[in-house]
Amino acid sequence: MTPEEIQRLLEPILPTVEKPGRYTGGELNQVVKDWEAVPTRVALAFPDLYDLGMSNLGLAVLYDILNQQPDLLAERVFSPWSDMEAAMRAAALPLYSLETRHPIADFDLLGISLPYETLYTNTLNLLDLAGIPLHSVARGRSDPLVIAGGHATYNPEPLADFIDAFVIGEGEEVILEIVRCLQAWKASGEPRPALLRSLARIWGVYVPSLYRVQYEPDGTVAGVGLLSPEAALPVTKRIVPRLPPPPTRLIVPYIDVAHNRVPIEIMRGCTRGCRFCHAGMITRPVRERSVDQIVDALEQALAQTGYEEVALLSLSSSDYDEILDLVRAVSRRFAGRHLSIALPSLRIESFSVELMDLLQGEAHRGGFTLAPEAATERMREIINKPVSTAQLLETAREIYSRGWHTIKLYFMIGHPSETLEDVQAIADLCQQVLSVGRAVMGKRASVHAGVSTFVPKPHTPFQWVPCDSVEQIEAKQALLKRRLRGPGLKLSWNNPEETMLEAWLSRGDRRLGEVVYQAWKRGARFDAWQEHFRYQAWMEAFAAAGIDPAFYTHRPRLIDETFPWDHISPGVRKEFLTQDYRWSLQGRTRVDCRNRCFACGILPRFADLRRDHPGPGWECPEVRSPARALAEAIPLEPA
Amino acid sequence: MNPAASPAQVTRVRIAFSKLEAMRFTGNLDLHRTWERLLRRAGLPLAYSQGFRPHPRIHLASALALGCTSSGELIDVWLERPIEPDKIVAALRSAIPPGLRVEEAWPVELRGPALPTLVVACDYLVELPAQQDGAGLEAHLDELLAAPSLPRERRGKPYDLRPLIEDLQLDRTEPAAPRLRMRLAAREAATGRPEEVLHALGLDPSRAHIHRTRVILREAEPAG
Repeated sequence: MTPEEIQRLLEPILPTVEKPGRYTGGELNQVVKDWEAVPTRVALAFPDLYDLGMSNLGLAVLYDILNQQPDLLAERVFSPWSDMEAAMRAAALPLYSLETRHPIADFDLLGISLPYETLYTNTLNLLDLAGIPLHSVARGRSDPLVIAGGHATYNPEPLADFIDAFVIGEGEEVILEIVRCLQAWKASGEPRPALLRSLARIWGVYVPSLYRVQYEPDGTVAGVGLLSPEAALPVTKRIVPRLPPPPTRLIVPYIDVAHNRVPIEIMRGCTRGCRFCHAGMITRPVRERSVDQIVDALEQALAQTGYEEVALLSLSSSDYDEILDLVRAVSRRFAGRHLSIALPSLRIESFSVELMDLLQGEAHRGGFTLAPEAATERMREIINKPVSTAQLLETAREIYSRGWHTIKLYFMIGHPSETLEDVQAIADLCQQVLSVGRAVMGKRASVHAGVSTFVPKPHTPFQWVPCDSVEQIEAKQALLKRRLRGPGLKLSWNNPEETMLEAWLSRGDRRLGEVVYQAWKRGARFDAWQEHFRYQAWMEAFAAAGIDPAFYTHRPRLIDETFPWDHISPGVRKEFLTQDYRWSLQGRTRVDCRNRCFACGILPRFADLRRDHPGPGWECPEVRSPARALAEAIPLEPA
Repeated sequence: MNPAASPAQVTRVRIAFSKLEAMRFTGNLDLHRTWERLLRRAGLPLAYSQGFRPHPRIHLASALALGCTSSGELIDVWLERPIEPDKIVAALRSAIPPGLRVEEAWPVELRGPALPTLVVACDYLVELPAQQDGAGLEAHLDELLAAPSLPRERRGKPYDLRPLIEDLQLDRTEPAAPRLRMRLAAREAATGRPEEVLHALGLDPSRAHIHRTRVILREAEPAG
């Protein structure tokens, strides 16, 4: 179908759907190239609404990198909401790109961003709407190469049947290597399997069809066999030695989206070692951007977008080496410009309040967010987030006395070691914080408790841990709902059934592909959206596939179990995770690993890379190494 | 202008602009934000309101229904100091998004009435689907104009559409593509909507292209 035909079919549909501005493109800073003049075309997909996808930084980074290449073009596509999907199917309108309205099936490469697991059914739906065969084996020479990357793909197995190749790790460099590989294959005229084999040779690329998984009689993984000499074992994640300059020519949506702001990643990775934190384990080592680079990028991005808000993003902003210098530089440079500056993920200490005080100046002060995660010393030691209650209350007092009237506190329930007393302590702590606020500013003070439910994630020290049952979660939530009501208190929580879905998929194996497929066939879409989530469809899908969902969630795992994701390496060794899990059972904590290396495995794994790119920015301590010899023994790319 | 009335040298500028195809589906609130960002990118010294949460002082004349384009929009913008209209237009054009076009700018009375309160009517040009039967439509149109009242309902509230139609004509200069020209009242609590007129004519608004050509103000504006 031509872009003109697509436009003609689209015209009568747009006025009939909710927020048609999601489907029209044409925004400031979108890149439109001459389709005929560019040999290789990439479609970048975020399988959720435009409103969310346009706030995804990963997509913006790749869009920028690809479009800077003269012989490439990258265009965007997002998931249509249910009303638009129905209209598209009724009109036989294929999924199209926002920039030029070309069918997605006409692109050479479809790159799908998967930051979280609840996008899996939308991924299948996207392929289906595009008219691309759902299963990788069914695709031929003329179909686009379908790749996926993002944090969820550190366990790629549930989508192994549908994705030709996964990017494990950071995309900035590998995306161009993949495109070059695709171009060489197109020129060669060889069949599709040859493309997959050559992609497998790229560091950080996982081609699932080149691996065969064997299972034990009890359903656990026995091992993984290689079907091709090109396949690496394990597949080590890709990282960039140094963070490249951030994108500044950001697309500015016309319609309101989740985040209307300039996002600048100031630091990647985290040295705190919270044991539940997937991002903290998979994004090591910590690398920082310089203050100058950040301030320059902000200046450019503001000039090119006109945004009124910026966000300085990282997993733990307080740990950025020169955070005070950064905050001073930013507040000095942008004073008097009516700019609001967000600095999320601050540590629970008075210094954080001083930083925000500097940043926000005379601006309106709404909420201040802190994430204690647990309310008893015992749970804090288990999860390795040791913050004392006294310190939290002192920080809260500081926040209220500097004029913020709402404190948002993030907690997590659902760890198997957690008792109802630990949950009760969450309610008590919120009450204590509110009392502090009342003492400072009276009735204006409020506390908002955001209580999420713990989902054990692969590649973390808690990958062995069973989930709470729905009944256990409901009992804990009921207690909180009883205790956290009244003026000045607000509580939000997750639907336990949605937590189950996330938990099945997070530690899923290849056999879950059939379940995802069956759920999609039964109408599962937008699983992260409460109004769309259909628990029943998923239960039927498990039944149809002959799989017990509890196998993925509630089963205790043996310490030496082979996991479905063990052939994917985030650089952190499984031995380290095993030890850290054991430490958690003993309530032993670790300090910030900037100060002391706990040998997680990152340093020896990437020693060569660090040696080849000396200089500041990489925050692991210098450790004299027998590491060197080890790194040379394990090449990053297969021979 | 009364210089005593503006402690800083705040000035008020009226800008005529077009809302193009790329912004057809951008609502009024989002259009407002798009203008704020455009003014910031253009580097114009926007004046901000006083108070706890200062916001830029800009005023759009009249909301345009989702799906319509326009070549006759107006916006008032307050700047911290006087700037020549030509320079304003040039600065805006250098930072313009694909969905907008700036036509003209001129200074207006700082203390004059708010722009939305000046609006009395709007002109629309509606392109109909090519297969539309022109003669049949003409008859329909006469019938509609002859009716003493046109009771309709919008969002559950009954109202009379007829007095809101100030003018309605069929333009058949291109017989293959008939067009409707209409002038509809646009006063507080008395605003005619072009898609309602199409409905009353038995036409499907989602098959038509509605374009606003002019927002008509109640009095001639003083020349700076």
